[in-house]
Amino acid sequence: MTTEAVAVKRSAGRKLAGLFHGRPRLQVGSLLAAPAAWLVVLYLGSLGVLLITAFWTVDPLSGEVIQGWSLENFESLVNEPVYREIVWRTVRTAALVTVTDAIIAFPIAFYMAKVASRRGKALLVVAILMPLWSSYLVKVLSWRTMLSENGVINWALEPLGLHGPGYGLTAVWLVMSYLWLPYMILPIYAGLERIPNSLISASEDLGASPFTSFRRVILPLAFPAVVAGSIFTFSLTLGDFITVRLVSNSQFIGNTIASSITNDLPFAAALALVPIVVMIAYLGVARKLGAFEHV
Amino acid sequence: MRLSRRAEALLRGFVGLGLAFIYLPLVVIGIYAFNSSRILKWPPPSLTTEWFSKAFESDSVREALLTSVEVGLIATAIALLLGTLAAMAVGRYDFFGRETISFLVILPIALPGIVTGVALSNTFTQVLGVSLALWTVIVGHATFCIVVVYNNVVARLRRSSGSIEEASADLGADPWQTFRFVTFPSMKTALAAGALLAFALSFDEIIVTTFTIGAGEETLPIWIFHNLFRPKELPIVDAVAVIVILISIIPVYLAHRLSSEEGGVTGGKGGGAAEVAEVTAAP
Repeated sequence: MTTEAVAVKRSAGRKLAGLFHGRPRLQVGSLLAAPAAWLVVLYLGSLGVLLITAFWTVDPLSGEVIQGWSLENFESLVNEPVYREIVWRTVRTAALVTVTDAIIAFPIAFYMAKVASRRGKALLVVAILMPLWSSYLVKVLSWRTMLSENGVINWALEPLGLHGPGYGLTAVWLVMSYLWLPYMILPIYAGLERIPNSLISASEDLGASPFTSFRRVILPLAFPAVVAGSIFTFSLTLGDFITVRLVSNSQFIGNTIASSITNDLPFAAALALVPIVVMIAYLGVARKLGAFEHV
Repeated sequence: MRLSRRAEALLRGFVGLGLAFIYLPLVVIGIYAFNSSRILKWPPPSLTTEWFSKAFESDSVREALLTSVEVGLIATAIALLLGTLAAMAVGRYDFFGRETISFLVILPIALPGIVTGVALSNTFTQVLGVSLALWTVIVGHATFCIVVVYNNVVARLRRSSGSIEEASADLGADPWQTFRFVTFPSMKTALAAGALLAFALSFDEIIVTTFTIGAGEETLPIWIFHNLFRPKELPIVDAVAVIVILISIIPVYLAHRLSSEEGGVTGGKGGGAAEVAEVTAAP
């Protein structure tokens, strides 16, 4: 490049700098233009269209989608016991999975944050992270074989004269609790890490037994982190349809959406609004409980 | 915390059991991949590597693998660009609607994957009138991958101060030079970690993929899903599953190393929590 070209290029850069200098709004605007367009137009837009689609209907004879404003889909969601039962079953399972994971995750996270050595802590974080990121489908597939009639679980239980749960609702609960456990462990661990050790020492110095320190100091401070973890366990359970399909015959919100999408798109859209509404309510409560600083 | 010896031993035992529970299915599928019998009976009668060579020879597996890599790379590139831009705005400026932007970025993973999948598929087919293909999958993946890049970069920007950029400008650098010589080098590893995680996330995603993929296209997870109900194919499916685990775990391990080197998990206050939050952002 000749010196002249460099000079020209530099001055163009300067001009640009001059244009942006002292105009933070312009700076933010140009940074945000593309990501905001993608997320607002494409993503929020799609969610909006989904909401509108829920008011459409399908012509029972031709199978064509009729655009309009009908409450038909919502009526059948509310009035037909089948769908009420599906929604209730899904939400109930999500709650059960969340509680199960919180109970299993807390001691593990506590050990990681407050008992393990520095090295042990680092190792444990990696040990929990790896399975979280290894393929979701593969893990479900593995459980499917483990729970099968000739699988590991029955093989291990047979000498004890027991029989595994097989496929069904218990299997769904077990597999989902398994799948989302790391999502609960990590936020709780991060939350416990934030509690200064001096606070616990102070509680002990003031004569509290370990149990009292745990109940009166650690648990209240870590609770928002548990709620943060529960956002994941709850949301992931609500939307899952692969696990349900692989280890049970029951109907949950997820697989009902998946099976109705080809024949009755508007109804699938209405049904997809259910997890959105439930999650918005859930996030609202979680926010009140201070969970957002921990997500 | 001071625990009695017994309490500590109990806790350690619990953690051991927890880890065994977490790893059991991965070990089991690993063993099944070497099962010499086509019948899934535990324990396998003997072991073989036959299914791996069958998997590598299979055209449909190879094609699905290439498709997954293609989708992963393009989705990661888009997420890298959009995530970094959003992170720089949120991390370096104070403006009206800042909270909304961080909320918007998180939304695609906070809502169940099925919602994202159905919403996008509905927009593609009903509003835009396009037929589902591979690029529709890429759009879907990019949407939920933005958050992992964003989280990594925002966390890094929070740890460094904006004053070094001001110093660079004071010394006469133009915005591009400041970005190239100051901002970019300081967030290089965060970008790499974000990209690796985004790729891993895309590589084994199946829910959004199911709803946005065109007929006749297959990513590797979709291939697995299509074949796992066929008893004849099951041993090959298990071998492919092991390959998928390895391909998705390696980037995560590397990303974790990258983040820890820069004072992540093991390094002090805040870092741990932030980094955990960065990497927890999955499906």
